[in-house]
Amino acid sequence: MSNHQGTEKKLDLSVNIAGVTLNNPITTASGTFSAYESGAFYNLNELGAMITKGVANIPWDGNPTPRIAETYGGMLNAVGLQNPGIDYFIAHELPYLRQFDTKIIVNVAGRSIEDYCEVAEKLNGTAADMLEVNISCPNVKKGGIGFGTHSEMAAKVTKEVRRVSKKPIIIKLTPNVTDITEIAKAVEAEGADAVSLINTLLGMKIDVHRKKPVLANKMGGFSGPAIKPVAVRMVYQVRRAVNIPIIGLGGIMTGEDVAEFIMAGADAVSVGTAAFVNPTAPADIKNELIEYMQKYNFKSLKEIREAFTE
Amino acid sequence: MCKKTVIEAKIIQNQEIAQGVYRMVLSAPEIAAGASCGQFVNLYPKAKHTLLPRPISICEIGEDTLTLVYGVVGEGTREFAGYNAGETIRVSSAIGTGFKPQKTKTAVLVGGGIGVPPLVELAKQMSGEKIAVIGFRDEPFLKEELEKAGAKVYIATDSGKTGFKGNVIELIQEQGISGDYFYSCGPKVMLKALAAYCESINTPVQVSLEERMGCGYGACVGCVCKIKENTETGYEHKKVCKDGPVFLGSEVVWDE
Ligand SMILES: Cc1cc2nc3c(=O)[nH]c(=O)nc-3n(C[C@H](O)[C@H](O)[C@H](O)COP(=O)(O)OP(=O)(O)OC[C@H]3O[C@@H](n4cnc5c(N)ncnc54)[C@H](O)[C@@H]3O)c2cc1C
Ligand SMILES: Cc1cc2nc3c(=O)[nH]c(=O)nc-3n(C[C@H](O)[C@H](O)[C@H](O)COP(=O)(O)O)c2cc1C
Repeated sequence: MSNHQGTEKKLDLSVNIAGVTLNNPITTASGTFSAYESGAFYNLNELGAMITKGVANIPWDGNPTPRIAETYGGMLNAVGLQNPGIDYFIAHELPYLRQFDTKIIVNVAGRSIEDYCEVAEKLNGTAADMLEVNISCPNVKKGGIGFGTHSEMAAKVTKEVRRVSKKPIIIKLTPNVTDITEIAKAVEAEGADAVSLINTLLGMKIDVHRKKPVLANKMGGFSGPAIKPVAVRMVYQVRRAVNIPIIGLGGIMTGEDVAEFIMAGADAVSVGTAAFVNPTAPADIKNELIEYMQKYNFKSLKEIREAFTE
Repeated sequence: MCKKTVIEAKIIQNQEIAQGVYRMVLSAPEIAAGASCGQFVNLYPKAKHTLLPRPISICEIGEDTLTLVYGVVGEGTREFAGYNAGETIRVSSAIGTGFKPQKTKTAVLVGGGIGVPPLVELAKQMSGEKIAVIGFRDEPFLKEELEKAGAKVYIATDSGKTGFKGNVIELIQEQGISGDYFYSCGPKVMLKALAAYCESINTPVQVSLEERMGCGYGACVGCVCKIKENTETGYEHKKVCKDGPVFLGSEVVWDE
């Protein structure tokens, strides 16, 4: 790690997302990071930003177990957004996050537009640098259809949260749609400051010996290296459809994977499931990105992006 | 600042001690130094497509070594069984809230199958009288280790091939085994029945729970269990990997 420090200064890893400068493009994917637990393994100051686990207006109990299943090169999760609610988060978790020399992005969950807005409003006076709005949640009032799967609903959430929030908002897109560029354009039009993609793909695993679904929830979110080609394709498509910054994620395991997302059009990236395979993955991947840049003599992320030809 | 780590530990021994059950001894002084009974470590398979860590209880803590005992059930444990002494394996620091040995006159340690291993270090940590009641499908293991730790060992098997034919609770009742504190690790059905039995005889029991894990270190909220709390639902989802794996039998909501 330390042998990079000299050269790190010459390289410019910084990135600006909606007026917020990240020291480097590496962030932690929502739901795969806890400052206290992850910080026991590596120095969180190494991160460009910490993206928290989803938080809603009230505590959510989450799904029954088993919530986790391993698949070939990936995993399924059906945690069900268990969280202690925004009041608890602001009182007990946010103060802990503030001690680190990195940005704080709070991931927001909701079952209705009012839920999202309540969380966004409560975060206005806090140390949160940005919000990431997870629109993959089911809209309870609309029969549980995901907010993120319909342009009009995605646009509506964006518009209302944009109206009440004083922070830059990132809209996190679900890949479980026919045309992700349509949703990206809809949220950009309503004032999204950035988009992040992809959330998990809906998946399922059946235990053929027990003859039952493995997850108690039957279906779950598919993540990990197996989904990377889908994520890269979607970042590539969205880059060509909108002008706002993109945080790319989905299966990033190495520094070269980060370069791949940047070439596809990402401004920053998030590391998720990789941190389950290796608890220090976000820090290690940052160092690997530096090695990659040195190998090709790239001085900035922009140079990586511009080196890509089709 | 960084209190936890994952290291490449050297394998000193990896030996089959019963059919499909292996003892792995690792040279890992820094992990052994921070470990206590009832905690577990994460073992990371090398195959690229097996992403998640495999949580394995600590069976014995040596000065420089950790002893693990694992059963071969799937891809990861099959990979582990193929390692030879001298090779290395990625292993995490000791994780979780383990057994809290109590100063009592007679402790009863109840284990089922691949839940027996953590009882060995627990027995070593306790000074009073200790009785181990361990149940297996067919073939017992770790009997000598428990005896060496000073426990009087009773064995039950489903097949009746060794020891008592039946389950551990039947054996406890048949032999009139009693104590003033119980500790247990094993399949959930056994833990549930034992917690009910302990409640009926008004004796506390610490149980070690098992749940599918994601990260294995407290970040993902994958491996939760229901623990009684003064909430609307009457329980709270607590993390098996952090708040547990060991809980009081009386605080667990045994719904499945
Ligand atoms: C706290 C704790 C302590 C444990 N201690 C021991 C021990 O000392 N000895 C031992 O043999 N086993 C122990 N287990 C069970 C052990 O983790 C699993 O048998 C092992 O992970 C199976 O991996 P596999 O790749 O062979 O199986 P696969 O079925 O191929 O594994 C697929 C996925 O499911 C998970 N998984 C499978 N079975 C279990 C299970 N029973 N519990 C939790 N996750 C599971 C794996 O970790 C992996 O993520 C413990 C489990 C927990 C939660
Ligand atoms: C256990 C788990 C929990 C997650 N929780 C959330 C969440 O609360 N909010 C959210 O927007 N995404 C959540 N995600 C999705 C991830 O942030 C990410 O979009 C996805 O896992 C793809 O990235 P990866 O392949 O690098 O993990 C979760 C993923 C996992 C594996």
